Amino acid sequence: MLLSMNWIQDFVDLSGLDKLELIQKISLSTAEVENEIFFKGSDLSGVVVAEIMSVEDHPDSKKLHLLKVDAGEAELTDVVCGAPNVRVGMKTAFAKVGAQIGEITIAPRPLAGFMSHGMCCSEAELGISDDHSGIIEITEDVKNGTDIKDVYAIDDIVFEVDNKSLTNRPDLWSHYGFAREFAAISGRELKPLEVEELKAYDSLKKIDMKIEDPLCQRYSCMQVENITRSVSPVNMRIRLHYCGMRGINFLADLTNYLMLEMGQPMHAFDSRKVEKIRIKRFDTPFTFQTLDGVERNIDENTLMICNDNTPVAIAGIMGGLDSEIVEDTTTLTLESATFDAVSIRKSTVRLAHRTDASMRYEKCLDPEMTTVAIGRFINLLKKYDGGVQVVSALTDEYAYKYDTINLSFDKKFVDRYTGIEIQSDTIVKTLTDLGFEVTLDGDNFSVVVPSWRATKDVTIKADIIEEITRIYGYDNFDINTTRSPLYPVRAEAVKNNEDRIKDILVKKYNLHELHSYVWAYNDELKELGLEVEENVKLANATNPNIETLRNSIIPTQLCQVKVNTGFAPDFGIFEVGRVVNGLKEDGLCKEEKKLAVTLFSKTKDMKALYFELRDMLATLVSDIKHKELSYKSAMTTHAYEHPVNLNTILIDDVEIGTIGIVHPAVMKKIDKKANVVFAELDMNAFTDAEVAPIVYDEPSKFPSMTYDISVEIPAGVLFSQLADAWKNEGNGLLKGVRIVDTYDTETVHSITIRFEFSSSERTLSSTEIQEIMDKVVANLNETGVTLRG
Amino acid sequence: MNEKIIALQNEITEKLSATTDLSELENIRVATLGKKGSVTALLKGMKDLSPEERKSFGAEVNSLKELVTRKIEEKIKELKEKEIQAEIEAMPLFDITTPANLQRGSYHPITLVQRQCETIFKSMGFAVIDYPEIVTDYECFEALNIPKHHPARDMQDTYYLDNGQLLKSHTSAAQNAILKKYGKDLMEKGMPIKAIFPGRCFRNEATDACHENTFFQMEGVMVDKDISISNLIFFMKTMLSEVFRKDIKVRLRPGFFPFVEPGFELDISCLICGGDGCPSCKQSGWLELCPCGMIHPNVLSEGGIDPEEYTGFAFGLGLTRLAMMKYGVKDIRNLNSGSLKAMSQFTDDE
Repeated sequence: MLLSMNWIQDFVDLSGLDKLELIQKISLSTAEVENEIFFKGSDLSGVVVAEIMSVEDHPDSKKLHLLKVDAGEAELTDVVCGAPNVRVGMKTAFAKVGAQIGEITIAPRPLAGFMSHGMCCSEAELGISDDHSGIIEITEDVKNGTDIKDVYAIDDIVFEVDNKSLTNRPDLWSHYGFAREFAAISGRELKPLEVEELKAYDSLKKIDMKIEDPLCQRYSCMQVENITRSVSPVNMRIRLHYCGMRGINFLADLTNYLMLEMGQPMHAFDSRKVEKIRIKRFDTPFTFQTLDGVERNIDENTLMICNDNTPVAIAGIMGGLDSEIVEDTTTLTLESATFDAVSIRKSTVRLAHRTDASMRYEKCLDPEMTTVAIGRFINLLKKYDGGVQVVSALTDEYAYKYDTINLSFDKKFVDRYTGIEIQSDTIVKTLTDLGFEVTLDGDNFSVVVPSWRATKDVTIKADIIEEITRIYGYDNFDINTTRSPLYPVRAEAVKNNEDRIKDILVKKYNLHELHSYVWAYNDELKELGLEVEENVKLANATNPNIETLRNSIIPTQLCQVKVNTGFAPDFGIFEVGRVVNGLKEDGLCKEEKKLAVTLFSKTKDMKALYFELRDMLATLVSDIKHKELSYKSAMTTHAYEHPVNLNTILIDDVEIGTIGIVHPAVMKKIDKKANVVFAELDMNAFTDAEVAPIVYDEPSKFPSMTYDISVEIPAGVLFSQLADAWKNEGNGLLKGVRIVDTYDTETVHSITIRFEFSSSERTLSSTEIQEIMDKVVANLNETGVTLRG
Repeated sequence: MNEKIIALQNEITEKLSATTDLSELENIRVATLGKKGSVTALLKGMKDLSPEERKSFGAEVNSLKELVTRKIEEKIKELKEKEIQAEIEAMPLFDITTPANLQRGSYHPITLVQRQCETIFKSMGFAVIDYPEIVTDYECFEALNIPKHHPARDMQDTYYLDNGQLLKSHTSAAQNAILKKYGKDLMEKGMPIKAIFPGRCFRNEATDACHENTFFQMEGVMVDKDISISNLIFFMKTMLSEVFRKDIKVRLRPGFFPFVEPGFELDISCLICGGDGCPSCKQSGWLELCPCGMIHPNVLSEGGIDPEEYTGFAFGLGLTRLAMMKYGVKDIRNLNSGSLKAMSQFTDDE
């Protein structure tokens, strides 16, 4: 919303104060002011009132005229002018040689063979309206040569307030509302609005009007006659123009002017079309033509203003074409009303038509304002059009009255909330300046909230704190830490595990952490030959590519790998993120937090890559849980999984995730020459796994002994199955078992296993080791494993 | 002195000085001092001498033995030193200025900024809470004093799901649960509620260089008996100064959010121009960073906390925005693009 400082100063005297500083303060105390401030008229100088003394047609041009103008100087000035409306005796705005109009400096110049010593200006050229149909006609009785700025209020400071910062302040959708804020900030007095005393017309007949719907809170109206003026005063048009409002005609301009001044939208009907005003909704939908000529669909929820049963306006949004003021209108009916804000908002959304009026109604306007606005309207009407006559009594139905809000609090409450000391008299002054009635009894304040703040904005004590502190100024606050007691804080386990996993993957394995989206990428997956799997969907997705939530991060990572194949011959990525696996029994989403890791390599063979990932996972578990992983062969459930080497990962026999190889069909679409493996762990299952204590084994003073055996392992037998052979052997002397060598041919898979023995009490003899190993070998033989020759 | 001894001594001395290698030296030692060595042989020949001769000859042989032993030891030392010297001279000069082969992974920049913020708040006794991304209308709106049809719901174009839940549009959606979870300890034991909850948020809007439908915020709340606006400013200023590692000027402006009263927009002095005005801050010298305020009494009540007895502040820091400002990320879309070219640049940052 654009605001004019001239207009604001109608209501508060700010003379002698730095206006820019005040506007800055508004930003810090009231509402966000946009950075750009407009200094209207600052680029206009040297323009004076001049009278056209003679007009001659240009000999060679149909458009141009040769004028002699009296610009208040000793001699007449020759001017070549292209405006169609020039005539002798007309007074206009004349830019003399040396005058400044925007970027242009006026100089004598030849125009179609004649010298022109200046320029006659249109309103658009002066920057006071969009009208460039002809030069401005000055009707005011002023001497030739008078500076135009002494005739019209062209110099002004205009600033813009972000509408979003006014959503909770219905009172600020007007100059008068802002004037109140300027008054409070500057400590100057707010002047009352000049209004017509409407009681004087009480003896006249009332208008036939009735509210038939609770969505109308108050409806006030009055009839006037004999309006002769059609064009608004220039100063009024300048203000409207500066505030972004297009000039239409005197009556329309005046309703707009009043809305910008007081925040109360008003409407003028042709009285012949509204003899029996009824405010109601209709049971069946219909179409209705608004005054902008658009046919609109009205449904049963939209509140309408009607002439008996004929709709004449959409309440709070826009009037109808049929009841508009027309050429032969003699009597008009002024409407000033308030409606239920939510209803107006919903209607606006349904109609997809937001107007300056509806924007204000949505904010919960103060119903007290309707009659004041009529008083103000008639005051201005009479001021600018002396012959106007009021022909009805004020007709007013006040159906819904907001409760008066009384709030009580004490000084301690303010001190506690602010954390600083604001003096009681400062509190009283601030609140009084803002229109609150304040009574102070000792340390106790009683406050009556003014009607314009009581529709929803100020309802509780905390709201009063805001009023006090924003005017006090947050820049003036002392900044203090708290005096709260201290207690230990323990990090959430899942967060702790997540942080440590990230550190291990980044620092130990050089993986890269990436982020992505919570939905499946439809298009990108198609490129990999994958379909989005059925899952919970967005109800209001605007983009079909992101309709369905993902049930795993792996497909996302495969898409990411595909776009990064040129990054390096080998890389690994990971993400700790969310997925959804359908709905739980209670109908809520089954949201899961996952760790996903994908490795890509053009240099390593699949087995090496697969074991690199396996070792990463085992290290995470060993580092964080001090435990070993176990594995269970899994069946594929997703199209991107290779059916071979897909394993479920377990800690303490609890499943925590999956490790696998990417399906060759998908792999080929990622990169024909690369290997890709993936793993996904459930963060909560991982976190829930208990941490084993660190078991410290005091190093033995006696030497340890090793014993190697090389065995051939039949196809299908897993290393983990061999462990049974030594699990119960060795009487606690067996300290470690590891593979030190592997030897594979096409037919034979063999490994060398090293057993390490030691005792904390004695040096072991080779015979006792041999005895143990004989048993181990015997056990191995039973499982079909044989010693290699 | 016996001529034989002199001759032998000369011969040995000559051999020793000619030796350049340790194994040859060992051969000399065996050939002279060994059991069958030439010096040992002299002693064996003494039995043919008279007792007087034997005495003087014996003494001379012994001193020869000592001499040879000493000379061999000296020679060993000399050769070993030469060997080390040769090793030193054989070492080529490496070009240490060649590019290092870095072994490094990377963190997402949001992780880095989030950790920095977490560290600061943890050091001030705040708990870090993990909260789901999918929430109910109650959590996201109702519990936050945003009833249906409230204009505030206009401000956030929310992604709704087909089961009626929604993707949280702000981290404030966790407030109610946190008040409920920690409220008991506050009221019964006097333990203040101090928590931050970083998380991913979603808004149904078109993306461009400055707008994302998926971004991170970090909400923080503190509730106790006398939490004030003054405290709020303190915590915000402290945190931001720590994050940017310089004294940050902050200012508060009134801001309207239904879940706080009073509510503020917090601006910081522009990091690029320091407040003089530049294109980054649209010449204002300030950057809008963080909505915050005193928790609305209705929100406290909904969380089971008596607003007459307790007050609190809440803030919602834009982690994504913070990361962009801190690292100069110009296009927000890079953060979720999965581009390693962009994202692999962020190594650990304390």
